[in-house]
Amino acid sequence: MIATGGKELVQVRQATVRFAGDSGDGMQLVGGQFADIASMTGSAICSFPDFPSDIRAPAGTLGGVSGYQLSFGDERVTTPGDAPFVLVAMNPAALKVCLPELQKGGIIIANEDEFTPTNLKKAEYESNPLEDDSLDDYRVICVPMTRLNDEATAASGLSKSQRARCKNFFALGMALWLYDHPLQPLLEWMMRKFQRSAEVMAANAASLRAGHNFANTAELFRVHYQVARAKLPAGRYRRVTGNEALALGCIVGAHRTGRTLVYASYPITPASEVLHELAKHKEFDVRVIQAEDEIAACCAAIGASFAGSVGVTGTSGPGLSLKAEAIGLAVMTELPLVVLNVQRAGPSTGMPTKTEQADLLISMFGRHGESPAVVLAAASAADCFHMAFESVRLATKYMTPVLLLSDSFLANSAEPFRIPDPVSLPDLRTGWDLTPGDFAPYRRASQTLARAWMAPGSPGFEHRIGGLEKEDETGTVSYDGENHAKMVRLRAEKIARIASDIPPVEVVGAEEGDVLVVGWGSTYGAIAAAVEQLHQEGHRVAHLHLRYLNPFPQNFGQTLGRFSRILVVEGNCGQLRMMLRSQFTASFFALNKLDGRPLLIREVRTAIEELLKRE
Amino acid sequence: MSSPLIDEAEKSETTGGDCLRILTRKDFQSPQTVRWCPGCGDYSILAQIQKILPELGIARENFVFVSGIGCSSRFPYYVNTYGFHGIHGRAPSIATGVKCANPDLSVWVVTGDGDGLSIGTNHVIHTIRRNIDLNILLFNNRIYGLTKGQYSPTSEFGKKTKSSPMGTIEQPIRPIQMALAAEGTFVARTIAADPNHMRQTLEAAANHRGTSFIEILQNCRVFNDRAFEESSAGKDTKDDRILLRHGEPIRFGTGGGRGIAVRNMTPQVVDLESGEASVGELLIHDAQADSPALAALLAALEPPEFPVALGVFRNIERPTYDELMLSQIAASTVQRGRGDVAKLLNSGTTWEVD
Repeated sequence: MIATGGKELVQVRQATVRFAGDSGDGMQLVGGQFADIASMTGSAICSFPDFPSDIRAPAGTLGGVSGYQLSFGDERVTTPGDAPFVLVAMNPAALKVCLPELQKGGIIIANEDEFTPTNLKKAEYESNPLEDDSLDDYRVICVPMTRLNDEATAASGLSKSQRARCKNFFALGMALWLYDHPLQPLLEWMMRKFQRSAEVMAANAASLRAGHNFANTAELFRVHYQVARAKLPAGRYRRVTGNEALALGCIVGAHRTGRTLVYASYPITPASEVLHELAKHKEFDVRVIQAEDEIAACCAAIGASFAGSVGVTGTSGPGLSLKAEAIGLAVMTELPLVVLNVQRAGPSTGMPTKTEQADLLISMFGRHGESPAVVLAAASAADCFHMAFESVRLATKYMTPVLLLSDSFLANSAEPFRIPDPVSLPDLRTGWDLTPGDFAPYRRASQTLARAWMAPGSPGFEHRIGGLEKEDETGTVSYDGENHAKMVRLRAEKIARIASDIPPVEVVGAEEGDVLVVGWGSTYGAIAAAVEQLHQEGHRVAHLHLRYLNPFPQNFGQTLGRFSRILVVEGNCGQLRMMLRSQFTASFFALNKLDGRPLLIREVRTAIEELLKRE
Repeated sequence: MSSPLIDEAEKSETTGGDCLRILTRKDFQSPQTVRWCPGCGDYSILAQIQKILPELGIARENFVFVSGIGCSSRFPYYVNTYGFHGIHGRAPSIATGVKCANPDLSVWVVTGDGDGLSIGTNHVIHTIRRNIDLNILLFNNRIYGLTKGQYSPTSEFGKKTKSSPMGTIEQPIRPIQMALAAEGTFVARTIAADPNHMRQTLEAAANHRGTSFIEILQNCRVFNDRAFEESSAGKDTKDDRILLRHGEPIRFGTGGGRGIAVRNMTPQVVDLESGEASVGELLIHDAQADSPALAALLAALEPPEFPVALGVFRNIERPTYDELMLSQIAASTVQRGRGDVAKLLNSGTTWEVD
């Protein structure tokens, strides 16, 4: 503990903060800014917004609460945190919704001005929680934010209602003081963000400073915290969400193939931001088609690939169901196709804004006929970039559809992304040395089994393809039984061979031992943290995270054999476990997360501990 | 570059080696054996397409034929260009992707009344509405042929088929009216039994920039013979057809003795020879009118009360989707410079970790 100006500065390794307020309170904005400042001061961060699915629920109601949670600190930060230590509650509804997850002994910074009888009623409080004893387990700091913000911004020249909108920055100012973070980068950001209106900029800056000063001087705040820096690999970083990273990965991947990116998509939560992001980057010759439906989107991407572009379509669960037939067409025509599936809780419309990992088996098998395709899964928001790039690589090199699984959690969560040097990324250009007189559309490269990609516009290579079965090599329509059997096997073999062209699995923790936790997709952070804790505590446990689900990396089966028990952790009823049981003999156990929320570290920990206790 | 049929504007767009020599019908015949039923109207359509393609001044490798599922959708296999036999109803979507990926291509969608007006109706409508520069040939025989004789969306009300033994209880969809409702910039109807008319119509469609929608009335010898009474060979068709000509009064019948006039806001057949009406009272066809209302009125004329109108209902100029897409890309590139991957990755707030 270091004393600074009468206040204690406490060192901590990690911290978890949640900003919560009404949908219109600007919580996502200040949460994102807090995340940037924490990143810039050397912390690892992981953040997760939790907003209502309604466009704008009635103000002050429980359904309208918008939250932004982030964890920051040393390099062990891999999730947005199981439970916040600090809750900034802008109104009674925000307090009510977020309180159950707050750590006991944690800090509540409440905007007491909003705890009016009307708002308390809207939040279904019978008495004011700031005045009764219901919050005795927490440190409650009541701040008249609305009034103080109003006073701080009075000189700005803005109207009262405009000024009221600045109070999110007052809250941010207090939070920054609480974690000993500088204001300067934020003030610079404001100069850029609000450059069109000096008044708005001045008011927001005044509110931010007022919040910071208030926390610094008020007796209410006795302690503030200094969070450890992370030992991250050297390099230049930025913050990305999973959806932004998918878009970037597609642009950069297509760029490295030397081809145009055509992205055809139909708006769907939580995948729409990929569409928005790509629509912004026309200077990369990205051709974005907002199709009339999911099927049209997938077919347009296939048509684009036929014409020599990198065809990508993006969707979420219900859309994937609709695209199934078209993906089968891409399997049959052996054209590159990347299908981004940002999973959400299903079946049917399900819970559009909640996360789940239950589309693994549909991605694997959800097409009629023997229809093998590559299935990949991103492990984190930043990993979405790498896996999107990898999807483009495999689709174009092997002339196959690739389904890349993300989910609602990854889509919206943000973390630092180490910016790669574009020159260091693999060259994805593919070329076939062919002569017009000696061309057959289904003749395959001996190693990859990929057929040649000859697009319209190439003289002498005119050919017809389609969904009917093809004769080996010539590609003419064939209903011959033996040919069909051969083609079924060739299509499967082509995908199987990709196993030798992907990185082997890695195990983190014990090299061999009692429990190996196998996960895929967005469960990465929680599993990594839980396994690390238990491994540090001396248990023989390890973590293996699959990013390649079809085919599996070559060393996967052999790695499973080094552990006596395999705990498969996933956000579904055991889909990966079903796949593993069909291919490997090992002792498989399951942790299935089905509540639509990101996996918690303690959930994984408890499951491992139970398994360790068994005979 | 000696073909007199290639005009200057088109010449500059042709690429590849094939444009240096005159292409012939033979160049567009694929080695695949054509497998439609004997007497099917599809043969006639294929023959006319193979005749006009060499005359368009476009290199063979720049043609793409895309189809869905159904008898008509076998078409791409028989044209020796690039071809894509897609899935049921989705040809317009595949073609949209092809055209957006490479707007220099001449893209043709071949579909039928089941493929394009049932399972894939919405794609047809949206393609037309977007005005993507491609040609949609909709073969309409008012029956499902490949699945052996169920009624289709264009089958007449009450038609008895295998799936409607007591007669259909559905009103048919009107393809031309649908295309006009989608603000089609080129909307035409022709008939497989009249090769010359079909050829002229297809040529006009090929020369239109934007989506060209052509309904081709056609017979199915096996499952719906005499699908259109007008298509039966050998019949005197003058009283049953109106041949639309832009800017001319609408006349039909032997010697143009009859015509269409609009009285009390409704179209009527009038007899010119008996003096019932004068030529001056006749409706004048205007395919270039900005409003599709007149075209829709003509499209609604149906037997037995009226003759069927054939020809170009609407032919107007509007920017195409592919042109607009490229112009936005060009504008964005001028504004921001050509995409720089390093700049993109480093955009927004960044920080250095040592």
